[in-house]
Amino acid sequence: MYARVGAAILAALAEVGEVSLFGLRALREALLPPYEFGEVIRHVYEIGWKSAPLIALSGFAIGIVLSMHTRASLERFGAEAMIPAGLAIALIRETGPLVTGLLVSGRVGAGIGAELGAMKVTEQIDALEASAVDSFKYLAVTRIIACIIAMPMLTLIMDFCGIVGGYLAESTISGMSWQLYFQRAFSLVEFNDFIPATMKTAVFGMIIGTIASYLGFSTTQGTEGVGRTSTRSVVLASMMIIVSNVVLVKLIFFLFPATG
Amino acid sequence: MTAENDVAIRLDGVSKAFGALKVLDNVTLDIKGGTAFCLLGRSGTGKSVTLKHIIGLLKPDSGHVLVHGKKIDELKRQELSEVRRSMGFLFQNAALFDSISVGENVAFPMRRHTDWDEAKIREVSKAKLADVGLEKDYDKMPGDLSGGMKKRAGLARAMALDPEILLVDEPSAGLDPITAGEIDDLLVELKKKGTTLVVVTHNIPSARHIGDELAMLHEGKLIAQGTAAELDRSEHELVRAFMRSEGAG
Repeated sequence: MYARVGAAILAALAEVGEVSLFGLRALREALLPPYEFGEVIRHVYEIGWKSAPLIALSGFAIGIVLSMHTRASLERFGAEAMIPAGLAIALIRETGPLVTGLLVSGRVGAGIGAELGAMKVTEQIDALEASAVDSFKYLAVTRIIACIIAMPMLTLIMDFCGIVGGYLAESTISGMSWQLYFQRAFSLVEFNDFIPATMKTAVFGMIIGTIASYLGFSTTQGTEGVGRTSTRSVVLASMMIIVSNVVLVKLIFFLFPATG
Repeated sequence: MTAENDVAIRLDGVSKAFGALKVLDNVTLDIKGGTAFCLLGRSGTGKSVTLKHIIGLLKPDSGHVLVHGKKIDELKRQELSEVRRSMGFLFQNAALFDSISVGENVAFPMRRHTDWDEAKIREVSKAKLADVGLEKDYDKMPGDLSGGMKKRAGLARAMALDPEILLVDEPSAGLDPITAGEIDDLLVELKKKGTTLVVVTHNIPSARHIGDELAMLHEGKLIAQGTAAELDRSEHELVRAFMRSEGAG
């Protein structure tokens, strides 16, 4: 039994190592010509723009719920005036980036994994290579870069819609004006709250793109394999986002002490 | 042995195994430039694997593959890309890019490797599709085509840049006899224009029509090589039986 557990742990570590090498290779290749700008832009549109409605709607709903919870907590201390600021800080520092990461890993991670997996099992990746096209660069690097670019933008959308949702909930209950709400919301938000938390989502983008592309390129066993790749892409990317978030938050506290 | 200068493709003692399964076992052969070489054999004997070695999609476990004297298995990425630009590959299942139209599939190599303007790319793509009888299907998506049509579209894409070497994996599989005959004629025309053809096929009449030289793989080994007439007289019973068959596709 120990041997089996040990073998499973070693296999998992080996896979983490392979994914890491895959990601590092992607970063290196991204810096070397030829550059696939057209494909990157196309994927930013596919990954970013097409995810925007999902992110906006989710942000809006999360804003409403956060506002209601914040009110329930702060009301006990007679600190209702702090509701906008509390909501904005919670959303911008943590909820917005993390939820955006998880939503994108579900929508985009599954999509990339399934698309590349299907291309692998139908020999389309081989056909690209046979056409003298670097399939790794054309398919994986472009998607990883697009994820890195799209994630901070989607996080901004999530944050903005969350704050708007919070305002609607708050104005419905207390009748607070939007000028006052936004003034209070941003009264405690500083550069150190906003930039590091938003930029860490670029790392989430790297994780989503790398894991989904790696699994797509490694797909075997036909359509069953494609389904498995799609599921594993979401599970592994979501898990790695949550785990890496711990490290990133610690790193942000270290680099930007004012946020701690 | 073919004269050194005439050789377009050489497999020199190539062996390849996938796990415990040995697919190619010390295969050595020369293919002359401007000729058609047909590779025969039962299913699973390593024919498609041989084609993938020639274009560098697979690397031999031992031995070398040379294309125009260059060792494919030792080339760097950029050099390999340059060699691949002189080759076209029709995959067994066509392997069309399913997210773009049939016409865009054919145009893809031109967009990547030429500086032609849009009008010329479209004109040449349509001409290539016309060569395989798909001139009206430019805007269709691959998913809307039958298996045989996909195969023809794949051939049009493989011919897009007028490659010096065309690797064709079962060109007549899934085609009706008339279309299969037309594809054979097209391949013969390409050969007359100087294209080197390597054709994997089970279709013996087709191989007789296209091939200047035929070879047969069995259990990873090359058991016969020569003209159709020479294979008809092979000492190997399996080769003679294969040559007598009319197996289509």
